[in-house]
Amino acid sequence: MLELKNLACGYDSKPVLQDIEFKVEDKEFVGIIGPNGSGKTTLLRAITRVLKPSKGAVFLNGKNIWQMRFKDLARYVAVVPQNFGGVDMSVEDFVLLGRIPYLERLQFFESKMDLFIAERCLSLTDTLKLKGKLMSEISGGESQLVLIARALAQEPKLLLLDEPTAHLDITHQVSILDLIKRLNKELGLTVVMVLHDLNLASEYCQRLVLINEGRIYKTGTPQEVLSYKIIEEVYKTVVVVEKNPVSSKPYVVLVSQEEKEKRGK
Amino acid sequence: MRKKVIHWAFWVLVLFCLLLGIALFSLCVGSVDMPLKKILKVIFEGRGSSEYSILFDIRLPRIILGFAIGGALSLAGVILQGMFRNPLVEPYTLGISGGAAVGVCLNIVLGLSRGLGIISLPICGFLGAILVILLVYSLSIRKGILKIQGLLLTGVMISFISSSLIMLIMSVSHTEDLHGIVFWVMGSLEEPNWLLIKLALGIAVFGLAVSYLFCFDLNAFSLGEEEALHLGINVERAKRLLFVVASLLTGFSVSVAGIIGFVGLVVPHFIRMFVGSDHRILLISSFLCGAIFLIFCDSLARIIIAPLELPVGVITGILGGSLFIYTLSKKQVSLEGK
Repeated sequence: MLELKNLACGYDSKPVLQDIEFKVEDKEFVGIIGPNGSGKTTLLRAITRVLKPSKGAVFLNGKNIWQMRFKDLARYVAVVPQNFGGVDMSVEDFVLLGRIPYLERLQFFESKMDLFIAERCLSLTDTLKLKGKLMSEISGGESQLVLIARALAQEPKLLLLDEPTAHLDITHQVSILDLIKRLNKELGLTVVMVLHDLNLASEYCQRLVLINEGRIYKTGTPQEVLSYKIIEEVYKTVVVVEKNPVSSKPYVVLVSQEEKEKRGK
Repeated sequence: MRKKVIHWAFWVLVLFCLLLGIALFSLCVGSVDMPLKKILKVIFEGRGSSEYSILFDIRLPRIILGFAIGGALSLAGVILQGMFRNPLVEPYTLGISGGAAVGVCLNIVLGLSRGLGIISLPICGFLGAILVILLVYSLSIRKGILKIQGLLLTGVMISFISSSLIMLIMSVSHTEDLHGIVFWVMGSLEEPNWLLIKLALGIAVFGLAVSYLFCFDLNAFSLGEEEALHLGINVERAKRLLFVVASLLTGFSVSVAGIIGFVGLVVPHFIRMFVGSDHRILLISSFLCGAIFLIFCDSLARIIIAPLELPVGVITGILGGSLFIYTLSKKQVSLEGK
């Protein structure tokens, strides 16, 4: 599916990422984690062809993405961006933007098929009721869902998400991640997701890629990656890793300075 | 979808009717008022009368030029607003008109148009315009991301620099050139050369056609360049082509009619309130509305202090500048970016 080979990448000759090498198989659900400024978003931008790698390459089904046509890439990979300034556009029009990769140069109107697909994507993300509203009128959680609907309208095989749960309350966090999980299971979408929250990453992802200072620190199942040793080393923070009593996945518990001092005594 | 198409068709029709109306109005008014009936009579009587030459040698060319330049400038405004994602951006506020004007002034002073023909004027305008666009764009790129902050300030400064350069050129030029520059820099639709009028019309329509090839690209750009890329838009190519189109439109307009500011700001701002921000309708309706606006302003310029006339740039400047300040005070966001 997706393969990164010996990738190095950065801005204006200042390298951010180095020696990045990993593979994502079909229908996998992969989380990318790491501290702020470790290069997670840069990695995503390298996969979506926003940044040209200075070394190595990104392959989709064996094809170098820099040799693919722009439209072909957009039909294969869809991106759900992190932050999003409101636009003056109805929700339906916004989701229809996801059909752009399928429009011909001289086609000025979307076909019935395009409208049908947009409608289906809205109902898949449970946002059909927002159809006529303006993007600037809806809440943060809703706009995140609409962003996912637009990405689905591209009918991708690979879905990339940049912190889809940032700035959302727990209700929306869980409902969005549940939705992505469902898309992964039912539609067979391959998912690669940047996540900040280690516990959400542990709970939802099959495999985690931990990035630190521009290099891959460790990849593996949540159990393999989320050990207290690794986290303390990478995040420079004292933590305790427990087991989630329900799912028995690793659960990271923070320890405050005050508690540490109490225990120290 | 059907509803949307009908809605759009309705607006295009309304604008067409308005355009026709304003063109007829503009034919009638001026230092010699001619009611419609009289116009018909003059046309039937044919060549020879002084009214005939007023209509066909003075007023009609102005209307055609107003159509072309009003359309071209507001189209350039819409394209630039789409690319820079800022509703206050347009050829004048970004300094592109100024750049084009410097190009044209240099041409006049160096006497290029005498050697290479009148066609070299718009070419110099185009070169000046594209130089400024590239400068403004590269100044606002940081780490490969377009920064909207400071963009307008850069543009306004470039405008200042351009007008200083024009003054510099004027102060060192011969008297006969000086007259040409002063006359032209004020911004007027009076253009005796039919070739330039036809050329301006051709470029305006060509610009409209090309911009329509990129209407979805422009829609995608409203989400930002990175997002447009995710939607399968060849961002670099679209940007290059649209910059060239905007420079062509501005450069040709400036070289023919001088600096007519704010058309590209007022018109799209106004028309968005009615048709929304989908470029499929915004491009054509801005073009038509720009044509209406400029022909209207030109008619005003001719009748306010008739038999004398004002430069049309004065009227668009006052109207547009006031709107600019109003918009700016309404939403501070636009200047700072989101």
